[in-house]
Amino acid sequence: MVNESDVRRIAELADVGIPAEVLPTFTAQFNRILEYFDILDTLGDECTAKRPLHTVLREDVVSPSLPQEAVLANAAEDEDGFVKAPRVM
Amino acid sequence: MDDRFNAYLLRSDVPGRRSGPLAGRTVAIKDNISTAGMETTCGSRILKGYVPPYDAHVVSLLRDAGATINGKTNMDEFGMGTTTENSGFGPTLNPVDTTRVPGGSSGGSAAAVAAGLAEMALGTDTGGSIRCPAAFCGIVGFKPTYGRVSRYGLVAYANSLETIGPMGRTVGDISALLRVISRPDPRDSTMQGLPYEHDPVPSVRGRTIGVPAEFFGEGVDPRVAAKVRDSIETLAACGAKVVPVSMPTMKFALAAYYITCTSEASSNLARYDGVRFGPGAEVQRSWHDAFTAVRAEHFGEEVRRRILLGTFALSAGYYGRYYGKAQTARAQVAADFERLFRSVDLLAGPTMPTVAFRLGELADPLSMYLADILTVPANLAGVPAISVPCGSVDGLPVGLQLMGRPFDDETVIDAAAAFEAEVTA
Repeated sequence: MVNESDVRRIAELADVGIPAEVLPTFTAQFNRILEYFDILDTLGDECTAKRPLHTVLREDVVSPSLPQEAVLANAAEDEDGFVKAPRVM
Repeated sequence: MDDRFNAYLLRSDVPGRRSGPLAGRTVAIKDNISTAGMETTCGSRILKGYVPPYDAHVVSLLRDAGATINGKTNMDEFGMGTTTENSGFGPTLNPVDTTRVPGGSSGGSAAAVAAGLAEMALGTDTGGSIRCPAAFCGIVGFKPTYGRVSRYGLVAYANSLETIGPMGRTVGDISALLRVISRPDPRDSTMQGLPYEHDPVPSVRGRTIGVPAEFFGEGVDPRVAAKVRDSIETLAACGAKVVPVSMPTMKFALAAYYITCTSEASSNLARYDGVRFGPGAEVQRSWHDAFTAVRAEHFGEEVRRRILLGTFALSAGYYGRYYGKAQTARAQVAADFERLFRSVDLLAGPTMPTVAFRLGELADPLSMYLADILTVPANLAGVPAISVPCGSVDGLPVGLQLMGRPFDDETVIDAAAAFEAEVTA
């Protein structure tokens, strides 16, 4: 079970924000879902399945990429050929 | 085009090439598949205005095959939903009954095909998002084996589960579309390089079809179950051997699915910060404040819920209890399929437990998740699965689901073709 302050904290971690007025409903729904997930507590630990995998490693070869202007075209702000982002510090 | 069902987010009518296997045919594309020069929003306001600078592999293949791409279809935001009501641009209506949902998340694609606005469509299926709307709208929808169709250019939601697949009015159409889109692509490292080059043979003679009891369990509308059992009898009459089987891990499938997909989503959707694409973040504010403001304003409620669930499931102290267990459960579901496919060629059951819901009927998120119980097992195991129309209940379509061995998409399609030929004869 989680409480409202747990949900607020997770929302901060995930940078999604959560309006205060929906917090109680959201927390209740969240708990109903977590309660459903409890079915996994009855899981045995035998586990034999293996998926057919092949190695995905390849030589690192330079290949053509998108033109810089095409990549910048979707950015709200750019400067000197770079995307402009909010301050990190 | 009269789109009174809100099936499309963007329409286009640039004709394809005059030659090629799909020349002269119209294909609608789900809006989470990148189309160069055409807005691609994933049904989300956070991507409003985003125009991809490149085509998804499947879109390049469609253009080369001569298809006319006639628009981008509505969907639950980022594929998160079972009704298409979670679109940031309004719900799609079911063409069979406009008081009902078309299913989701590829509801726009299904509605476009069912309404005759496109001959065929591409959808994506993470936990049933092709098969559910196909069932609810009375068309054919196919989720190929994971690794059969390149995901290059598909905007990621839950990479380990999702596949692009064909939707159409007939099994022949979805087979023709799959032939085109399953060409190898080195840009998707999960591609196994096994293109589908099959022409459907409408036959199930000599095939063994397993019918898992769990697919007819609690929550399945008895009238839907009866229709599907009749359809399985039809396959038996066509020469298939039908045997009852059991899939005990079904009880873990939905929890394993929702923990896995929300965990992957919480990571994948971190890229929507409004900086490189999207609405733009306030560059004068600090990173976290600017990032949170953009996401709080533009993500819908279900997207926020899934990011939170995934963040929680992966967080320190809970990882083992949720994500770790979900992966064990997932492996057990895959092992169950593997065991069953040693003695049967196909598994059959309903696609959805009910017919299409009324708009607004599934307000509680857990009830909506529970509706996916019959479709998520195929995604967890990566096996191919099809939904074919098999009659109606109260005038609303019912879908028969057939699942097959990994990379034996051909047998699934042949069986669906046999059923279709029998019921339309």
